Amino acid sequence: MKMAIAFWNILQKDMRNYYLKPPNISWGIIFPFAWMLMFFLKSQTPVDVRTVLPGVMAMSILFGTTSMLSVTITFERRSRSFDRLLLSPISLVWLMLAKTLGAILFGIVNAFVPMFVALFFIPVSNINWIVVISSVIFIAVTSTFLGLFIAVSVSEVFEAQTFSNFFRFPMVFFCGLFFPISRLPVFLRPISYAIPLTYGADLLKIAINQNGHISLWISLSVLILFSITLFIISRRNIQHRWIY
Amino acid sequence: MESIILEVQNLTKKFDEFLAVNSLNFSVIKNEIFGFLGPNGAGKTTTINMFTGLARPTSGSLFFFGKNYTAHIKKAQEMIGIVPDESNLYEEMDGFENLCFCASLYGIRKAEREHRANDLLRQFDLAEAGKKLYKSYSKGMKRKLTIAAGIIHQPGILFLDEPTTGIDVASARQIRALIKNLNEKGTTIFMTTHYIEEAERLCDRIAFIAKGKIIKIGSIDELMEEAQKERIIQFSFDGTVQINKLEQDFNRQFSQCHFISITDSLFQVRSATAMDLMPFMSFFNSRGIKVMEAKIIKPSLEEVFVKITGIERDVMKKEKEGKKK
Repeated sequence: MKMAIAFWNILQKDMRNYYLKPPNISWGIIFPFAWMLMFFLKSQTPVDVRTVLPGVMAMSILFGTTSMLSVTITFERRSRSFDRLLLSPISLVWLMLAKTLGAILFGIVNAFVPMFVALFFIPVSNINWIVVISSVIFIAVTSTFLGLFIAVSVSEVFEAQTFSNFFRFPMVFFCGLFFPISRLPVFLRPISYAIPLTYGADLLKIAINQNGHISLWISLSVLILFSITLFIISRRNIQHRWIY
Repeated sequence: MESIILEVQNLTKKFDEFLAVNSLNFSVIKNEIFGFLGPNGAGKTTTINMFTGLARPTSGSLFFFGKNYTAHIKKAQEMIGIVPDESNLYEEMDGFENLCFCASLYGIRKAEREHRANDLLRQFDLAEAGKKLYKSYSKGMKRKLTIAAGIIHQPGILFLDEPTTGIDVASARQIRALIKNLNEKGTTIFMTTHYIEEAERLCDRIAFIAKGKIIKIGSIDELMEEAQKERIIQFSFDGTVQINKLEQDFNRQFSQCHFISITDSLFQVRSATAMDLMPFMSFFNSRGIKVMEAKIIKPSLEEVFVKITGIERDVMKKEKEGKKK
């Protein structure tokens, strides 16, 4: 019960202090909306909107979660308020989960902004909502843990942003969103399959367009594996870097 | 029997080859204020970090309330209150919210934490500031709120790291009174400080630490005992005198005493045995030196510290100033 109280209050504090601040709400809406608009203007038919939707949703989650989490944690580290959390009797795993849940929720909301806009242009039929929701959750979890990994690897807020981009932009280019993986040079394809966004975007393609090229279960398993690995590495990094 | 709150056995911390804390052994007794006094880099904060879970001991053991928590410090954190050397509360939250949040980290329910937060705000003279954002607080107010946050879960022992460093004199005085008051109400306190006077004024027992090692440990009286064996009489003269000549004559006549000039008109006579004032007065009178004042000087803790650690007061002072900057 004590753990639950601490967990809930950390989440509540983060939501109030960071995620529900007007600039972040507007960023969370405008950013996916801008992506959507960009692709919509490029698209000629509703079918095209449907084609780009999985990628836009995946990118919205990736950028939303990694930016927010890496910056907020680095900021709290700088102000030393993160030490207060480390000094409390809440276990490190629960603390990390409490700190990441806010970003996961933020990422999920981000994902549904383009989906909401797209629903005005594409028919709802044939969308597998169960897979959409589970894909969004899994992408949000993986991206958030990537943000956590970034946050515990840097010391300054600007480093967090730079390091985030080091991961994010290659992911966007290699995940099959702009160029289908099959059209990439053979030597670059292993990179595509080594990044979690490829599997997340593919899951959404299956759910929205029924045209993914990786098995749903493989994608889900790979995302879970990525999440667990990133979480374990982050936990290890916190224990070694912050509890010296 | 005195109940031991914290016991440290051979506690050591190494950073690669650098020995930051070297085999500490001591215990903190219930209801006492235990002071850790030493210069910057002596290992005070590293020691506190090991007690509170921000650093892992390289070797040695840590006991809280008689139980070994060396490998499971997380389990001891419920019993510990921590006030770091720099305030670490949330700038975007007000004083009341900060206290409630800190209480929630210890699993305290809403009604209870709100009750305790209001109580502490009143007790720490922050009731009016409770609804103001933490970032608008002065340094002294921030430190007071950080102390309140450190005790909101009613810990068995409170660790204070440099509680008055970097704040104005009035706030420092207020914080010292708060610390004393908390202790009188039953809180056991472990505090680190650069300030010798602060340690002397607040602490029941003090450990002198330098280069990661405890040099001396004891109550103020015990620490002073060694220094008090030396008797000191201080003379101030009317006008200046020729020191060299006077010193030679003095040493010839009073071979058991040690003559020290502080300024051109201020001298100290030190001796390991009791001294009679009259022969000195006659000595000065016979040379036409008018004594304005003669007083017995009791050695200060500062002198004891300097004598034991070999660290001059100026070094501590400079470090304090450096830290503030």
